[in-house]
Amino acid sequence: MTDKKANIKELEQVVIRLSGDSGDGMQLIGMLFSDTVAFSGNDLATFPDFPAEIRAPQNTVAGVSGYQLHFGKKVYTSGDLSDVLVAMNPASLKTNLKWAKKGATIIADEDSFTDKTVEKAGYPGNPLTDGSLSDYVLIKAPMQKIAQETLRDLKLDQKSVNRTKNMFALGILYYLFDKSRAFTLKFLDKKFAKNPVVAEANKLILNAGFNFADTIEAIPSKIVSKSKLPKGHYRNITGNIATAWGLIAASEKSGRPLFLGSYPITPATEILMELSKHRNLGVKTFQAEDEIAGVSSSIGASFAGAMACTTTSGPGLSLKLEALGLAVITELPLVVVNVQRGGPSTGLPTKSEQADLLQALFGRNGEAPMIVIAASSPVDCFYAAFETAKYSLEHMTPAILLTDGYIGFGSELFLIPKMSDLPEINPPLAKANSAFKPYARDPETLVRQWAIPGTEGLRHRIGGLEKSDIEGQVSTDPLNHEKMVKYRAEKVQRIDRRLPPQEVFGDDEGDLLVVSWGGTKGALYSAVEVMRNEGKKVSHAHFRYINPLPSNTKEVLTGFKKVVVCELNSGQFVQYLRMNFPEIPYLQYNKVQGLPFTNAELINNFNNILEEM
Amino acid sequence: MEPIINTIERSPIQLNVDDFKSDQMVKWCPGCGDHAILRAVEKVLPEIGYKKENFAFISGIGCSSRFPYYVQTYGFHGIHGRATAIASGVKIASPGLSVWIITGDGDAMAIGGNHFIHLIRRNIDVNLLLFNNQIYGLTKGQYSPTSPLGSRTKTSPYGTIEHPFNPGELVLGAQGTFFARAVDVNPKLMTEIMFEAAKHDGTSVVEVLQNCVIFNDGAYNVLTDKENRDEHLLILRNGEPMIFGKNRDKGIRLNGTRLEVVVLGQNGITEKDLLVHDQYSEDPGIHLMLAKMSFPEFPVALGVIRSAKFATYDDLMEDQIVRIKAQSKIKCMDDLLNSGETWYVE
Repeated sequence: MTDKKANIKELEQVVIRLSGDSGDGMQLIGMLFSDTVAFSGNDLATFPDFPAEIRAPQNTVAGVSGYQLHFGKKVYTSGDLSDVLVAMNPASLKTNLKWAKKGATIIADEDSFTDKTVEKAGYPGNPLTDGSLSDYVLIKAPMQKIAQETLRDLKLDQKSVNRTKNMFALGILYYLFDKSRAFTLKFLDKKFAKNPVVAEANKLILNAGFNFADTIEAIPSKIVSKSKLPKGHYRNITGNIATAWGLIAASEKSGRPLFLGSYPITPATEILMELSKHRNLGVKTFQAEDEIAGVSSSIGASFAGAMACTTTSGPGLSLKLEALGLAVITELPLVVVNVQRGGPSTGLPTKSEQADLLQALFGRNGEAPMIVIAASSPVDCFYAAFETAKYSLEHMTPAILLTDGYIGFGSELFLIPKMSDLPEINPPLAKANSAFKPYARDPETLVRQWAIPGTEGLRHRIGGLEKSDIEGQVSTDPLNHEKMVKYRAEKVQRIDRRLPPQEVFGDDEGDLLVVSWGGTKGALYSAVEVMRNEGKKVSHAHFRYINPLPSNTKEVLTGFKKVVVCELNSGQFVQYLRMNFPEIPYLQYNKVQGLPFTNAELINNFNNILEEM
Repeated sequence: MEPIINTIERSPIQLNVDDFKSDQMVKWCPGCGDHAILRAVEKVLPEIGYKKENFAFISGIGCSSRFPYYVQTYGFHGIHGRATAIASGVKIASPGLSVWIITGDGDAMAIGGNHFIHLIRRNIDVNLLLFNNQIYGLTKGQYSPTSPLGSRTKTSPYGTIEHPFNPGELVLGAQGTFFARAVDVNPKLMTEIMFEAAKHDGTSVVEVLQNCVIFNDGAYNVLTDKENRDEHLLILRNGEPMIFGKNRDKGIRLNGTRLEVVVLGQNGITEKDLLVHDQYSEDPGIHLMLAKMSFPEFPVALGVIRSAKFATYDDLMEDQIVRIKAQSKIKCMDDLLNSGETWYVE
């Protein structure tokens, strides 16, 4: 590559979008490219974008599967518009061109642009030849033809030959970004160990793609500067896997065996699948007959002394709500993970939204407060799941962890923690033959004890009927009921004494405070960072603890001329803040499209607010 | 992360009824069949012989579901229809407990129908006492999924127009491994059956025909009336021919593919022609026919109808954990965090 030195460009960060038919293997090359990039020292975030249908008809717009990665020096999101777009057929170009920057490089498989497929995608003519892409750098690669010629001697069937095309695209990308092929070649040998011909075919095509890029003059070679990641041991992790691991970590720390009762639902299923693998760590997963059985079995397991969890997404949470009231009144620990998706009803199963916040806070009959914590990024899912379990176990109350499809499916680099560095978890277990009373409370925390069936001398009964204070007998006494309602609320509220104070990125006062919660942290943070670098008096407060809120929340919100609350819903957190701190005049910025915020729209909006001052 | 308890530990001393009597006031109506069931349970628990802290009673909603408050064990009063699901979690998390589900016809087969059949299909090792009074008692007299067609109730003033479930048929249809039927007025048989249920590995369903004195009094008169009941009941005993009747002169035989009531001595029929009960048979064919027998064509079968040996969910779970733990190189969370593709940044 030395002869192309003149063309080497140094970029702070790059966004690549891979798109093809859902059977084209885009997710696989996305993953391989991510691992290679991460290994080379770049910071990285990814997001797969696949259709709800498993295999929609070939070459149709409905069947397009995508994978976006954002890498470079410092990365907070999986990126907005792409610098490079790979389009394996006309339908994927059609659906993804709007996500490419003007002037972006487009890599297309020219052989898949036939009259038929072009028409199927809804184009009037072939976009590769009709000049409509003149604003872009277009790399037309005859992937199918080259694959056939290259693999002629291997005597593979046509289908297997076509399946190697994704490696051709990957080869071009490795050339373009000056990345080593070694990691991928090793992977292919391992993956196809039982089928060396297929391994060989994929390797040949990977190299063919690389060489193709090397021979055509039009390619401007790019190189990305190395990120300055802190020293340490890293891996790549998606939010859903991180959630599953955070739960196992909490189980190990607390000494309470992990039980998961769950029912498959997009985009939360991966957590159930991951935990199902870990019988090796004693994890018991129970794939229930429905969402209600998922949560009910977990409540039973919690009564029996397990660290019990249930995982779901919006509609599934709706089904669990009655049972959550039972967990509240029995004051048992329970972790509920809601990987939010677009609603209402079935809504947008594979898209992301933050519209379950009010459901999580208030969606139960009676007054039934629960801990609500929201994870802010794929890696934070690990720590947020761990903390949700910790507070739930130590405070004997059910807790909801909110993540979303965007961070659940998205990945980030994870600085691998040591278990010994994580905080202890000490559930309030009642001792055998002690003077246990079901609703006797710790005077400081108001937490009752956990008496585990099988323990001598602690036989007792709890249930969904209101119970008398301390003794735990069935009681309809009016004043007792009021007392118990207040205890349950106050117990959750007092957890704020243990929470770290709410942090602010930037100054404690200024013109504008940007407020966000949950999975949008990266987008808001990077927008505020850009504006601060321009000298604007903007700060950012991102909330992870929703109920209870950190005790300094009011202080954080005062001190700014304006406060804007940004959410991927019509304004749920802002309603909650208005309820708690009505004296603050909140502005809102909302988006309900099943899509994340983009940097540009946020900055534009915040600038408008500043101009109106 | 070891399982909480591995096996059900037995009590080193002989327990008695008083060890399980609760100090709570029992609030069922005087004359309700539930009282007799409670006494049978208090009697059978010491006989089963586990340590008293190893029993857990889990219920749903309904008159019967108040049961856990009235027995001195670990108890959990759940929500409507979910006792089966809650108990599944209890047993899987803590296989060393003897778990008892208390439910009724509405709780188990209407609102909780889905969990009921899946519990049975999984064969989780729990015991389920199904109080069947063919009516909703706690909500004061609406029809239930077992109310006979045409029943006049508060929500069916002109008679029901839906066909009832036969619980035994439902249990066997869901691949149940244990089904027995008892009646509240026969405490001795009830206790025997409960003991058998406790002994069985897998989901043991005991249907107790239970009289609701307020809203459905006399629903089982034909089976409980001292004068004629023996003519209408067949009490099954494993290995014994199926004989019934006041004078023990009637029997059940298989005629082609159907059961048939025959009179001993008539048409040359002797005991040898009668079916001999085999509760352990893997094939549920005859069990199903026995469970379905109904008055007036047949006597109603009581006793253990089916008790077949199949692997239980909780055993398979424990076995799998032991096997996978032995095979895996990942022994703790640190191992998992550091497994797969990882790299160092210097």
